[in-house]
Amino acid sequence: MTSKTILSTVLALGLAGSALADGHEPVKVGFVYVGPIGDGGWTYQHDQGRLAVEEEFGDAVETVYQELVPEGADAERVITQMALQGADLIFTTSFGYGPATNAVAARFPDVKFEHATGFMREHPNVSTYDARFYEGRAVTGHIAGNLTETNKIGYIASFPIPEVIQGINSSFLHAQKVNPDVEMVVTWVYTWFDPSKEADAARAMIDQGVDVILQHTDSTAPQSAAEEANANGGRVFTFGQASDMAEFKPTPRVASIIDEWSPYYIERVQAVIDGTWEQTAHWGGMPEGEVVIGEITDAVPAEVKAEAEDMVARITEGEYHPFTGPINRQDGTPWLAEGEVADDATLATMDFYVEGVTGQIPN
Amino acid sequence: MIVLERRPAPSTAWQGLSPVLAVALTLVAGGLMFAALGNDPFAALRAIFWDPLFGEFAFFFRGQLLIKAAPLILIAVGLALGFRAGVWNIGAEGQYIVGALAGAAAGLAFYPADSRLILPMMIAAGAAGGIAWAMIPALLRVRFGTNEILVSLMLVYVAENLLASAAVGWLRNPDAVGFPGSRDLSRWGSSANPELIAGTGAHWGVAAALFAVVAAHVLLTRHITGFHIRLTGAAPRAAAFAGVNGGRLIVFCFAVSGGLAGMAGLFEVTGPAGQISIDFASGYGFTAIIVAFLGRLHPIGILLAGLLMALTYVGGDNAATSLGLPVAAISAFQGMLLFFLLAVDVLTHFRLRWRPRGVAA
Repeated sequence: MTSKTILSTVLALGLAGSALADGHEPVKVGFVYVGPIGDGGWTYQHDQGRLAVEEEFGDAVETVYQELVPEGADAERVITQMALQGADLIFTTSFGYGPATNAVAARFPDVKFEHATGFMREHPNVSTYDARFYEGRAVTGHIAGNLTETNKIGYIASFPIPEVIQGINSSFLHAQKVNPDVEMVVTWVYTWFDPSKEADAARAMIDQGVDVILQHTDSTAPQSAAEEANANGGRVFTFGQASDMAEFKPTPRVASIIDEWSPYYIERVQAVIDGTWEQTAHWGGMPEGEVVIGEITDAVPAEVKAEAEDMVARITEGEYHPFTGPINRQDGTPWLAEGEVADDATLATMDFYVEGVTGQIPN
Repeated sequence: MIVLERRPAPSTAWQGLSPVLAVALTLVAGGLMFAALGNDPFAALRAIFWDPLFGEFAFFFRGQLLIKAAPLILIAVGLALGFRAGVWNIGAEGQYIVGALAGAAAGLAFYPADSRLILPMMIAAGAAGGIAWAMIPALLRVRFGTNEILVSLMLVYVAENLLASAAVGWLRNPDAVGFPGSRDLSRWGSSANPELIAGTGAHWGVAAALFAVVAAHVLLTRHITGFHIRLTGAAPRAAAFAGVNGGRLIVFCFAVSGGLAGMAGLFEVTGPAGQISIDFASGYGFTAIIVAFLGRLHPIGILLAGLLMALTYVGGDNAATSLGLPVAAISAFQGMLLFFLLAVDVLTHFRLRWRPRGVAA
């Protein structure tokens, strides 16, 4: 949509301008969510971040949000609508919002845009931000490798994008370190949030003898499927994803990777208030408090728990990088030499499995 | 007690009145629901129905209504032809996806050529893709007597997997280092389906939807095929005796609805959506079934129903953002509208009669 008309009308109405100029109006912050705020996972955590912003700034900030926004044309409409209605800063919290975010940013140069997990920054008013989830995957992989008795770990994968492949590789490497016989069963469900598909994937894995399930999808359905299997005499463990998923403690959920967006959201809103906002490509992790490991329950043996906590401490201190060589690619060619650490550019475009992972990345 | 009594003939007064009454009932029931949720019902209804048309940002929303309504109308017009003949194509969503894939693939084969012929070629490929996908249930039905409802519906799930494989594999943008999604067709001059008049939202798909409405109306009222469609729907055995070739009619209805759905997909992927992405399928093919029935399977009715449906979506999103209404409440509100329309429709064919208790029926 070319909308010089919109732009000129907006400028004429003086709506696209920052509300800060006179210092009286609250800063308006918009959030666009791909799932429902009650998904108990990805979107829930982003909404917790929004609430943290409200808590932090009180009356100085007004937040608006829209949930269940499909990626594509609908996203562009919703983002435009927020910009029209006076948002100063808009967080678009799903990978697929990239083109829409940039298209709207072109028309509203005075509004700041923050796109989660993406890579497109075509205009100076678009930033991207992401979290190093693979740091959390290293810890859950370590626990999974210790817990499995069948030596089969399942990974419910959403889409074959770098972020997900990082997660598969990181969890496999750390499971293999403590259990050389471990095998990773990857199931692609091609969705971020579809409880019935996620549950089906979990059940199919359990039928194949998988006894630890990691998920890269947003609902609690795999947790329920594991709980159901355990009620029927099974022994299946899971990890909370994106959110703590504490209601499944102490089993099947034995730990969780929590996405903590609040620090970044507060920092960026503050930057808009101060007029110091600048384009960035932010990639925080455990050191920034953005990737958090939820309570490790007593279902995990004490020494494994201690090792996991030690790994968290070392990653947080910057002493350990989950992708430290020697690591070979799946085809056996060397990737990282002894002691070499993966660079961010390679991680951000990761499209290969490490050695030992079976199967192919869908292509 | 109150009983329903069949009218000798459908009431023309109620045919016109029932949509109005249904909208009125929806406003009341919806308002009560919004009030129960702690929102000002008048503000909510205003945000849904008034603001997109006449509010401060109507200049933006009006265009969005056309963008949202065009694919619904285009698909629903095709489906309605079949529905009137008793041919049940439930898989327009799949034909929409395959049309978009075929059209996008045909265009991208020539990337980055600069030619005005590419978009028309893509539109033809999109229609062909939709027709090809629709021919599977049509020919299976004609040749083997399979149930076209099940086959066409199941093919939607096949199409969704084709879409996923295209987005992460064979149509993936080679320049987008490992990320899924095709090249942006709306940003490539040769394939772009832009606004024809800036600020109106009207792209080629909107023009095509209007053309389809007129063409379908002419077909149904002035053409022998239209007569066959209506006759087959009203009295299949009589139609057969009158020499209507049932098999050919099924193939025709599937070809038209599949072709229109495929074109709708192509217009969407080259315009508002911009690229083949994993989540490209947005349910237009299913919503169009509702639009077809809401419009009484009549082309002009479908035009109005498509616009009304688009208004509830665009207005609903507006209310969700500006008033913080939960999306579930908006969906429930849309559901109410359809529920009341169908419920009030009963009065077209039946009348209410008071019959004292105890009197034998």
